[in-house]
Amino acid sequence: MDLRFLGGFKLTFEHLGRRRVTREYPDEKMPKQPRQHGRHVLNRYEDGMEKCIGCELCAGVCPADCIYVRGLDNPPDHPVSPGERYGYVYEINYLRCIPCDLCVEACPTEAITETKLFEFSFTNRFDAIYTRDELLVGDDGRPKKLPWEDWREGDDLHTSGWMRATSPSGAAAFEGVVQWSGELGYGVRAPEGGQSGRRDDAATGMLPLREVMEAHLLPDDIPFEHRGMRGKVFRARASMDKKRRKLVAARTRRAGLKAAR
Amino acid sequence: MNPLASFATDPLFFHGVHWVELLIVVIKVLAAFVVLLVSVMLMIWFERKVISDMQSRIGPNRAGPYGLFQTLADGIKLFFKEDLVPDQADRFVFKLAPYLALLPALLIFTVVPVGGDLSIAGHHFELQVADPPFGILFVLAMSSVSVYGVMLAGWSSGSKYPLLGSVRASAQMISYEAALGLNVVAVVLTARALSTRAIVASQAHAFWDWNLIRLGFVPFFLFLISITAELNRPPFDLVEADSELVGGFNTEYSSIRFALFYLAEFMNTITMSAVVVTLFFGGPDGPIPRFIPTSDIWMPIVWFALKTLVFLFIYVWFRAALPRLRYQLMDLGWKVLIPMSLGWLLVVAAVIVWGWWGLLVALAEVVLGAGLARAFGVGAARTETEEAF
Repeated sequence: MDLRFLGGFKLTFEHLGRRRVTREYPDEKMPKQPRQHGRHVLNRYEDGMEKCIGCELCAGVCPADCIYVRGLDNPPDHPVSPGERYGYVYEINYLRCIPCDLCVEACPTEAITETKLFEFSFTNRFDAIYTRDELLVGDDGRPKKLPWEDWREGDDLHTSGWMRATSPSGAAAFEGVVQWSGELGYGVRAPEGGQSGRRDDAATGMLPLREVMEAHLLPDDIPFEHRGMRGKVFRARASMDKKRRKLVAARTRRAGLKAAR
Repeated sequence: MNPLASFATDPLFFHGVHWVELLIVVIKVLAAFVVLLVSVMLMIWFERKVISDMQSRIGPNRAGPYGLFQTLADGIKLFFKEDLVPDQADRFVFKLAPYLALLPALLIFTVVPVGGDLSIAGHHFELQVADPPFGILFVLAMSSVSVYGVMLAGWSSGSKYPLLGSVRASAQMISYEAALGLNVVAVVLTARALSTRAIVASQAHAFWDWNLIRLGFVPFFLFLISITAELNRPPFDLVEADSELVGGFNTEYSSIRFALFYLAEFMNTITMSAVVVTLFFGGPDGPIPRFIPTSDIWMPIVWFALKTLVFLFIYVWFRAALPRLRYQLMDLGWKVLIPMSLGWLLVVAAVIVWGWWGLLVALAEVVLGAGLARAFGVGAARTETEEAF
């Protein structure tokens, strides 16, 4: 008689004490992937000029046919963009958009980029069509929050320009080299390490997913320094850091409130 | 014979029946009813929580603290749903079946001793709704009656999947009842009584007097397995194998009638855990050597609740750990559980007569069993070769 099924008892019992991977979504969000594709923004240069030149390449490349652009000549006395033309009408229909990022690849001026914001639920079709006003970033370079979008603190950080962060055109020589211009509000960000192994997780906003998932990895897949006693020390230190950061944040908030009063 | 003679074992009726005695009985019934319903509610929550823990999920956590009121919310939701009776259904039986499933579950609990004795205002009574001298037979009878609930529900639905589910259910429950009964007989033999309180009292000296140890573990395991099958709980839930039979016998049920089946299922789980505790674990008796008639009222109840809880956990654990049996179900019942129960019962009976007899019977059984196994093996091999030609 094959008694291996008894292993199921051990396994299920062990799982009682394991960490849960489930996030309680509406209360707590998953950390966003560093290159998450969300809704778009139209970027500006640091002097406030719009980057879009109304070339319609994004509309041409869009496989879902969700972008509608009409360009117009810049008025000579107060130009909107530094080029000859600017995006006079710019609309994206989010009932059609399949955040594939091809528009971002096509854009010659990095005017359109994708944020990590994807949690919006509109209640009518007209809200689904984002107009130029809604897509354009504000004076501080951050996307505009629309009433039906669910944002938490920090969700709008590092929103754009992430797509070209690794090696452009797949050439290893350009790995880790910054290839894009600075943006309003964000400036130039550190490049991802790519395959070279140089990585600066803090600077690139890359969350070490492996650590989040560690409780459910096979023993061999857990990084050596996170196993056993060393792992315990590592985790304790990490949680202490987290607590300290929370404390500091609370303190600054309190100080801010006091100052406001 | 005086019809009240059967109640003579209950100290409450020693001095005749007065309205105060009747009041005490009514209060006991109400208390048992309420406790059982509340514990069913908690049990459903417990099961969902533990199984989600075992599957690394979170489980219900929205309604009330830790999701404790989830069952209540589900119940209210079911109550307000539309009550459907299929066109092809046998309407009377269809409506009767849920109650036939629920009632035995409630009734079994009446004979389970929950605690020691209690004296209030000169009235001495047991913490147990009723203690008939045929207690354990009543449990067996009621668990057979609950087959009717499932069977009639499936049959009266006038639909094929419920019918298949109920056919499976009746076959399964009837065959496992045999193994169940044989193990109960072993307990009855050692306790020399059918009354549940007497069975508990016979184990009440110390934990090594529990039937679990006295009968040598085997009857307990056989009983646990057959009772799991009797309850139609995983891994024996062929009755409602959702991947094959939609929902089994209760497919056509909705609204409050479905809730009643659900209630009956979990209530049965609780009462059967309580029966296991009564038969094999000394009931309300703690593991420290102690006698049942003790001045302390709460400790026996706590011990009883704790032991029952352990079994509830084990049932949930079964569900998390074991895959559902397929057609091996009848084989396990008839070819493994019943012969083993019967063999062990013979050994127990022989030991009670004379210790060496037990050894003799055990030896004879081993020899006979080996011979039978060999004969079956040869027969199977021959059939195979014949089929090959």
